[in-house]
Amino acid sequence: MSSERFEVVIVGAGLSGIAAALTLARAEVEVLVIERGDFPGAKNLFGGILYSGVLAELVPNFWEEGPVERHIVNRRWAILNEDSQVALDLKSARFDTPPYNNTFTALRSKFDRWFAEQAEQAGAFIINETTVEGLILDGDRVTGVRTGRDDGDVLADCVILAEGANALLSEAAGLRQPMSPTNRVNAVKEILALPPEIIEDRFHLEGNQGAAIEYFGGAVKGMVGSAFIYTNRDSISVGVGCLIDDYLRTKTAPYDLLDEFKAHPAVAPLLRGGVTVEYATKMIPEDAYNDLSDLYAGGVMLVGDCAGLVNPSIHHEGTNLAMASGVFAAEAFLEAREKSDFSAAGLASYRRRLDASWVMKDLAHYRDTVHFLRYNREFVDDYPRLAIEVIRDYFTIDDTPKADVRRRLIRKVRDEVAFFRLVRQLWRARKTLV
Amino acid sequence: MPIDVKDYLKPHVTLSMAERLDLVRRRFADESHIVVDQEAFKKDPDQAILFVCPAQVFKLNEKEGTCIVNFEDCLECGTCQVARRYTTWRNPKGGYGVTYRFG
Repeated sequence: MSSERFEVVIVGAGLSGIAAALTLARAEVEVLVIERGDFPGAKNLFGGILYSGVLAELVPNFWEEGPVERHIVNRRWAILNEDSQVALDLKSARFDTPPYNNTFTALRSKFDRWFAEQAEQAGAFIINETTVEGLILDGDRVTGVRTGRDDGDVLADCVILAEGANALLSEAAGLRQPMSPTNRVNAVKEILALPPEIIEDRFHLEGNQGAAIEYFGGAVKGMVGSAFIYTNRDSISVGVGCLIDDYLRTKTAPYDLLDEFKAHPAVAPLLRGGVTVEYATKMIPEDAYNDLSDLYAGGVMLVGDCAGLVNPSIHHEGTNLAMASGVFAAEAFLEAREKSDFSAAGLASYRRRLDASWVMKDLAHYRDTVHFLRYNREFVDDYPRLAIEVIRDYFTIDDTPKADVRRRLIRKVRDEVAFFRLVRQLWRARKTLV
Repeated sequence: MPIDVKDYLKPHVTLSMAERLDLVRRRFADESHIVVDQEAFKKDPDQAILFVCPAQVFKLNEKEGTCIVNFEDCLECGTCQVARRYTTWRNPKGGYGVTYRFG
């Protein structure tokens, strides 16, 4: 039996895998991308924001040709309780000109397909409808992949695992820590169709401008997670995502959480007339920085979600980290190829490149975010609720003298907040939340 | 064609799970890609996969106390296996399972 051989095999046509394939193909490397869906993007999902700094380097002015939905000029971070919303709202004309703050909404089924076409045009091979079922090993060195096809072994100098958050191959090969309820979020989202004119009117936008709203606190019942609404061209994405451990702890179903969020009095008016055209779900990795593996071994590198490269803080970036890791893996391969050394030592520059970049600097900074929130639940539950109540009551008009209101609210905060605990928490929060 | 604003002032209607799943194109394989260890499931006091699965793939057979696995409804997130390791989840065979129109 003869096996096919490529210089690089990439498992998974998502943003990280395609970014690697595009970079390698441009350097005239023989690269094969193996995708289990009908086409690149068929099974790919995200909340909805494409952070595009790396993309703009790979494909300059991608927004002119690529199927992005809207550029985000308005960001809002809101906390909810049962009846109220308090929000920080940022809208800037600076985000309205290229490169548009590197922040776009997109729909992955369309976008990834286009992005994969760029890699194909550069010379990458992409094979669809093919599931990689295992890695081929020679000692402790990965030498290829075993696919579900007959005669389906493919050998390679280097395998790049870009298999996504459900990191079955990486985990089975011991290349990453096991997935667990405390390092995985489950997110569900719906796409609601709405005409562009309605979206622009409702969200105060013009032309291709877009809005991105994140909701915390009571929006997800005080769990570690958030809810969101993002505007696409002629639809909006509405979803929730929480740590799986929190769903288990509170015996909450993700779809029930989504339905409650959609019914909130501050949310429901934004959804009026929206017809659900898709329901989708994915896991999101929130592997703490300290728990990340080396992310490479002999003949193999991990990129994107399976490597755990998501910023778990309020920034919640993933797409840009995914693409950056794909590019770094490609560059590490090119360096290894010069010496024909694809051993772990030969590929070690992958991790060095990550470590020297904003990717690992950000992940290192937010290394404790998820842990901190799990053990300081006041930040996702009590404090947001208290903040809303204080602000709501402060602006409640009932002919009480303002001095009395102030006194009452100060007393309320004193009663409900353990002062020294808060001081200590805020000291720690500087490196976990902001 | 001009749009009628009135059409978009009505409340959004939340769909049932069956209606939601019908929106996603799925190609069914002959064999399940999800296997539940029934003995371990019975011993799980929360029977967590019944509610944590976003597609309600798992239903309780109340008579037998076992778990029914409607693998055709799976949206391939993998949450079940992470939530409870008595669930074994594999990728469906190439070309099978979900295809998102939007993603």
